[in-house]
Amino acid sequence: MGRLLVIQIFNGLVNGAFYALLSLGLAVIFGMLRIVNFAHGAMYMLGAFTAYSLGERFGLGFWPSLFIAPVLLGLFGVLIERTMLRRLYNLAPAYNLLLTFGLTLVIQDGVRLFYGISGAPYSGPPQLAGVTNLGFVVFPTYRLFVIAVSLAVCGLTFYLIDRTRLGAVVRACTENPTVTRSFGVDVSLWVTAVFGFGTALAGLAGVLAAPIYSVDPLMGSELIITTFAVVVIGGMGSILGSIVTGFLVGVLVAIGSALYPPIANTLVFILMAGVLLVRPTGLFGLPEGGR
Amino acid sequence: MKTTLLAALLLALPVAAQQLSGDKVKVGVLTDMNGVYSALAGPGSVKAAEMAAAAFMKKHPEYAGKVEVTGVDHQNKPDVATNKALEMIEREGVDAIFDTPNSGCALAVAGVVKTRNALFIDVGAGTTDLTNDQCNVHTYHYAYDNYMLANGTGTAVTKRGGKTWFIIYPKYKFGQNLDAQMRKAVETSGGKMVAPSEATPFPNTDFSSYLLKAQSLKPQVFGTMQAGNDLVNVVKQYNEFALKKGGIGLAIGLLFDTDVDALGQDAFSGAVVTLPWFWNLDAQSKAWSADFEKAFGKKPSWVHGGVYSAVTTYLEAVARAKTDNADKVRAALDGYQFSDFFARNASIRPQDHRVILDVLQVEVKPKSQAKEERDYFTVIGKTPAAQAFTPLSESTCQMGK
Repeated sequence: MGRLLVIQIFNGLVNGAFYALLSLGLAVIFGMLRIVNFAHGAMYMLGAFTAYSLGERFGLGFWPSLFIAPVLLGLFGVLIERTMLRRLYNLAPAYNLLLTFGLTLVIQDGVRLFYGISGAPYSGPPQLAGVTNLGFVVFPTYRLFVIAVSLAVCGLTFYLIDRTRLGAVVRACTENPTVTRSFGVDVSLWVTAVFGFGTALAGLAGVLAAPIYSVDPLMGSELIITTFAVVVIGGMGSILGSIVTGFLVGVLVAIGSALYPPIANTLVFILMAGVLLVRPTGLFGLPEGGR
Repeated sequence: MKTTLLAALLLALPVAAQQLSGDKVKVGVLTDMNGVYSALAGPGSVKAAEMAAAAFMKKHPEYAGKVEVTGVDHQNKPDVATNKALEMIEREGVDAIFDTPNSGCALAVAGVVKTRNALFIDVGAGTTDLTNDQCNVHTYHYAYDNYMLANGTGTAVTKRGGKTWFIIYPKYKFGQNLDAQMRKAVETSGGKMVAPSEATPFPNTDFSSYLLKAQSLKPQVFGTMQAGNDLVNVVKQYNEFALKKGGIGLAIGLLFDTDVDALGQDAFSGAVVTLPWFWNLDAQSKAWSADFEKAFGKKPSWVHGGVYSAVTTYLEAVARAKTDNADKVRAALDGYQFSDFFARNASIRPQDHRVILDVLQVEVKPKSQAKEERDYFTVIGKTPAAQAFTPLSESTCQMGK
C-alpha cells in the first residue's frame, strides 16, 4: 500500500503539473482583467495542435515547438484581447463569458474542420523516450520532465510577479488601474501583455500534453472544468494559490482514486464544495474587500 | 374500345408491380455528423448509402430514380435520435434507417421502429441488447457487436499463447459488457486472469495507475476495452510506460481505422483486435474502396463498408418483395443468405435479427511493413459466421415468442 501511495503521488504530480500551468494562466488573466477566460481550454488544445502542425508542415520536432508554440499562442492571445475582449471591458462580466465561451466553440469546430475529429498523432522527444527507474517504480522519463518544467515555469512566474519590479507594475495595474495610470504607466499595454502571457502558458501546457494524451479537438474541454475547480479552490486570481492547489489537487485526486476508484472524477468537486463552505474566497484568496 | 383499355391496363401492370410508399424507397442514415463518431461513420456513411442506392438503381432499372438517401445528425443524444427517427419515418416517409453509431442512440431508434412501418439496420453500434433484451421485429444488427469483438479477440489471443491477462474497461454498459465477454472467451480457451478487471472512469485521460499495475502484475496480455479517445490515451500511455518491451502484449476490444489514424500505426503495432472487414482486405474490397475514395475523398472506415453492404442487402430485399412495406421486406430479409465484398458467408438470423458473417482477427502491422497509406492490418485468424456471434441458445431475444 505504501508503495502504491508513492506511485500515485508521482502520477498526481504529473496531472498537477498540467492543472498548475493552466490554472496559473487563468489566475493571472483573472487577476488583471477580471475575466473568467472560458477559452483557456481551447488555447491548451491549440497549443497541442500547433506543436503537431509545426512538426507536420515545417518538420520541427518537440524541442523547437516547446518554445515556438507558446509564443504563437501568446500572440494569438494578444490578437484576441486587442480586437475583441477590449471592447467588452465596460460591459457586464456576462459578455466576457459569452465571448470566451463562443470563441471556444469556434476554435474547437475550426480545428475539427481542419484536422478531423479523431485527432492527430504526436510523439515526444526521443531523448526523453523510455523509462527511468526511480527505485520504487519505473516511471516514464518524459513525465518527470513535465513535472520539472511545470515547477520551473510556475516558480519563475511567481517570482516575476511577486518579487520583481515588473511584477510590481503588474500588481499595481491589477489593484488600482486609475492610480497606476496617473504614474504614467500604460495600463492597457500591460493588460494585453498579461492576457498574452496567460494564453502562452495554456499553449505550453498543450505542447507538454501532446506526447502523453490524445491530441483531439475536445482535449481541452474536459480539462478546463477541473482547472476551474482548481482556481476556485486556490482562490480566484491568486498566483500562489493556483500553483499550490494545482499540484495539491493532482496528488489528492490520484491518491483518492487509488483508494476508491469511482470517486476519481468527482473528488475535485467535492474538494471545491468543501473549501467553499469553509473559506468562500478559496484557500489563498483574500476577501474581495481586502484587496 | 374495351380491348384497348385492357391492353393499356396490361401495359401498366409491370409498373404497378412494385408498391412503394410515396412511389419511392427512402433510405435514411441517422448518424453522428459532427461528434466523436463522425469520422468513422457520419458523412462517409451517407456517401456509402448513396453509392449503394446508385448501384442498385443501375442494376434494377425499374427502380431508376426511385431510391432516395437522406442523412440526419443524432448528435450522440438518445432523445435527439428518437425525435429524428420519428421525424424521418412519419414526416419524410423514410422506409429504413441505417448506421446509427452510439449504443444509446441505436437502442432509442430500435424503440421507435418497433411499432412503425419502418426497418432499422444498425451498423455502427456495439451493444448486444439490439439482438437480445431489446430486440424487435423491425430491428437488425449488421457488421459487429460486443460479443463478436470480445469472443474473437479473447479466443484468438489466448490460443496464440497469451495465457495470462489483465483487463481494464470503461465504467459504462459497453465496457462492462465487453469485459465480461472477453473474460469468458479467455477462460474458455484456457487462459486466466492474473487480477480482477479494473473499471476506469469514463471519459478518462490518465491511465498511468492502471498501466503501473499491469507493469507489476506482468500478464502476457493487457486487454483494453476502452474506445475512441480513451483508447487513444490508453495506447499512448501503454507505449510511454514501455509495457511492450516488458513483454506485455496488447489486446483491444474495439478498434476503428480512425483510432489508428489518430495515433499512428506504430503505436498500435502488434495489437490484436477483431474486425468484420477492412478496406484493403482483398482485391474485391480494394476495388470498392477505390470507388469510395473517388466519391468521398478519403479511404473508407469499416463502418462505411458495412453501411454500403447493409443498404444493398436491404434494397435487394425490397426488390424481391416488390414493396417497401416494412413487414414484407422483413419477410424477404429473414433467413436470407448472401456474400458480398464486406459480408462473407453472411446470413440473417430470423430468430433475433443478428446478421452473422465471417469475422477476422487482425494484428496491427508496424509502419515499416505497410505497403501503402493506411495499410494497417494483417489477418491472423478467421472465425466462421456460425461461431462468431452470440449462439442462439444464449440469446435472450423474445421476438418470435
